Amino acid sequence: MTIKFEVNGKPVEIDAPADTPLLWVLRDDLDLTGTKFGCGIGECGACTVHVGGRATRSCITPISSLEGASITTIEGLDPQGNHPVQEAWRNQQVPQCGYCQSGQIMQAVTLLNDFPNPTDADIDGVMGGSLCRCMTYIRIRKAIKEAAVNMPGGETSNGQN
Amino acid sequence: MVTDSPDKKSGRWTVIKRVAAAVVGLGVLGGGGFLAYAWYPSIAPITPPQPSSFSPDKIRRGALVAAAGYCSECHTRQDLGGGPDLAGDYKMETPFGDLFSSNITPDPETGIGTWSEEAFRRAMWKGVDREGTQLYPAFPFDHFTQMTAEDISDLYAFIMTRPAVHLKPRDNTIPFPINIRLIGQGAWKLLYFTPGRYKPNPQKDAEWNRGAYLAEGASHCSSCHTPRDFMGAEKQSAKYDGAVIDGWIAPPLNAHNPTPTAWTEDELFAYLRNGVAPLHGPAGGPMSPVPHTFLSQLPASDVHAIAHYFADLDHAAERQSGDAAAVTTAMQRSGTDLVGPTVDPDAKLYQGACGACHYNSGKGPVLGRPELALNNALWLDEPNNLFMVMLHGLTAEEGQSHVAMPSFYTALDDHDMARIAAYLRRTRTNRPAWKDLEKKAAEARATLKTPPVNASR
Repeated sequence: MTIKFEVNGKPVEIDAPADTPLLWVLRDDLDLTGTKFGCGIGECGACTVHVGGRATRSCITPISSLEGASITTIEGLDPQGNHPVQEAWRNQQVPQCGYCQSGQIMQAVTLLNDFPNPTDADIDGVMGGSLCRCMTYIRIRKAIKEAAVNMPGGETSNGQN
Repeated sequence: MVTDSPDKKSGRWTVIKRVAAAVVGLGVLGGGGFLAYAWYPSIAPITPPQPSSFSPDKIRRGALVAAAGYCSECHTRQDLGGGPDLAGDYKMETPFGDLFSSNITPDPETGIGTWSEEAFRRAMWKGVDREGTQLYPAFPFDHFTQMTAEDISDLYAFIMTRPAVHLKPRDNTIPFPINIRLIGQGAWKLLYFTPGRYKPNPQKDAEWNRGAYLAEGASHCSSCHTPRDFMGAEKQSAKYDGAVIDGWIAPPLNAHNPTPTAWTEDELFAYLRNGVAPLHGPAGGPMSPVPHTFLSQLPASDVHAIAHYFADLDHAAERQSGDAAAVTTAMQRSGTDLVGPTVDPDAKLYQGACGACHYNSGKGPVLGRPELALNNALWLDEPNNLFMVMLHGLTAEEGQSHVAMPSFYTALDDHDMARIAAYLRRTRTNRPAWKDLEKKAAEARATLKTPPVNASR
C-alpha cells in the first residue's frame, strides 16, 4: 500500500506492505537510525517516537494505521538537538551505553507535556515502560526534574497546574 | 370395549371434515391475505434523471441525510482491497449466510439508475425494491420507514447525482428456504415490521425529538446497539441493551450502561463529534467511522440533538451526581502498581505494555491518556472491546484523531492478554471478574484475518 504521513515536518510517501512496522520504515527507508530496535514487542520503550505528539512504540505500530499522521523522531525533536530534555540529559550525563536514550527522551518529553511538574509517582507511572539495562534510572529522574524547570509550560488538561 | 356406532362415526367425520375445511379455507384466505401483504408490484423503470434536474441545495441537503444514515459504510466494498463509493458488494456475515450489499449508484444496469423517486421511497419506507422484491432486513428499512418524505427526496437527489459505477455485487449465500424472499421476508415483516413515519413525542422538547428522529430513523443506532433474536430482528424488550457486532460490543445506550461516569450530553457529543469522550474513551472498531466519516459532516446542532436524546435514555441526569467521586476513585486506581516496586507479574506486564500511555494522576485524565479505570471497555460484561483494541490498535483516523495505538497482536499472546484483562478488571473496576479469558482472547484473535503488524518476535 501507499501511505502518506509526515516525519519531522516533512511529507513522506511510503510504498510498503500495510503491516510494516513504522520502526522499519524510519530506520531502513528514511535512514533515521536514532530510533532503536529493542524488544520488538512494545515492552521496552527503545523504539519510542511521537505520533501526533504522543509517545508511541514504533516497533508494533503498522504503517497502515498512520495515514495523515504527524511523526516526530529524536532527530526532529529540536533542529540543534537542544530540546530542554536533551540539554538536561547532557547536563546530568544520563547515558551510559546510550541505546535506550532516544526512546527515554521521547517518552520524557510527552511526560512533561502532560505533567509539567511531575511527581516521582508520575515519573514512575509514565517512564515505567522504558527500560534501561545500564540502570541509569536515578540520572533519568534527575534529568526529567531539571528539564521540568526549564521547559515552557506544557499543555495539560488534568488541572494539576 | 366400547365401539362407536356408524352414525356417530360419520358424524364425527363430518365434524373433522368441517374443521379441516375451515382450516384449509382459513389457510387459503390467510395465504391469500399474506400474499396480498407480501406481494408488491414492480414500479416502471425510468431513464436515469439528469443531475441538473436536482437543485444544488437539494443535493447538499441529501448529502447530510446520507451522512446521518452512513449509507456508504455498508454500500461500499471493504474486502478485496475496497470498492468504489456506494457501488455495493460490502460483505455482511450474518448467522444466515453472507449478504452482499446492493449497488446504489445511478448505474441503470447494476445500480438504481432506473429507480424513480417513488421506487426509492418505497424501498426506504417498506423494504421492497423497484421490481417488487422483498429486501433483507440487513437493509435497516425498519428504521428508514420513520424518515420524512422530504429527507428521502433529498437523499434521492444526492444518490442520483453520484458517479454511476457498473459493478454487480457477488451473489448472496443465504440458503433455501429463507432465500425465498416473498415468503421469508414477507413473514419477517408481518412479525416484526411496523411501517410509519416518526411521531414526535409531545412530552419532550424539540431537540429531543430531532435527536430521536435521527437516532431512530436515518442513523438507525439500535441496529447495532440492540440485541437481535433468532430471526434477526431487534428485541424490542431489550432495546439499546447492547449487542455484539463483528466481535466488538456495541455497548448499552440505556441505563444498563455500566461505566462509572454517566454518558452525559457533553460526553456523548464529544464522542459522536470527535470520536473520543474524555471520561469514557475513544470510538473504535465499527463505531469509528460513525463520528469521523459521517456525524462530523452534520450541523453541530444535530449531533447535540442525538447526544441530548441518548443522555435522556441513559438517565444521565440521575446518574451524573456520582461522576466526580467516580473520577477521583479512577485517578487513585490509575497508578496502582505503576509507582514504586511491583512484585505482581501481571502488574509488571501491564506496566511494560500499557502504563506509559494510560497512567494518569491529578484531578482528571489527560486527553490522549485514555484512563482505563473509567474506560467503557473495562466495565462491560465481556472483555471483547478490550481484547479487540489490544489486537487491532487504533489508527490515526480512529478514536482520537492523529494519535495511534499500536497493535499488540504479535506482542501479547492469548495468555498475556488474559492476564492483563484479569488484572485490570480486578484493580481498576468494581465489577465481577471476567471468565474464560484466554479462550475469549483466542476468539477475539480469530476475528482478525491477518495480523495487523508484522512485528519481530
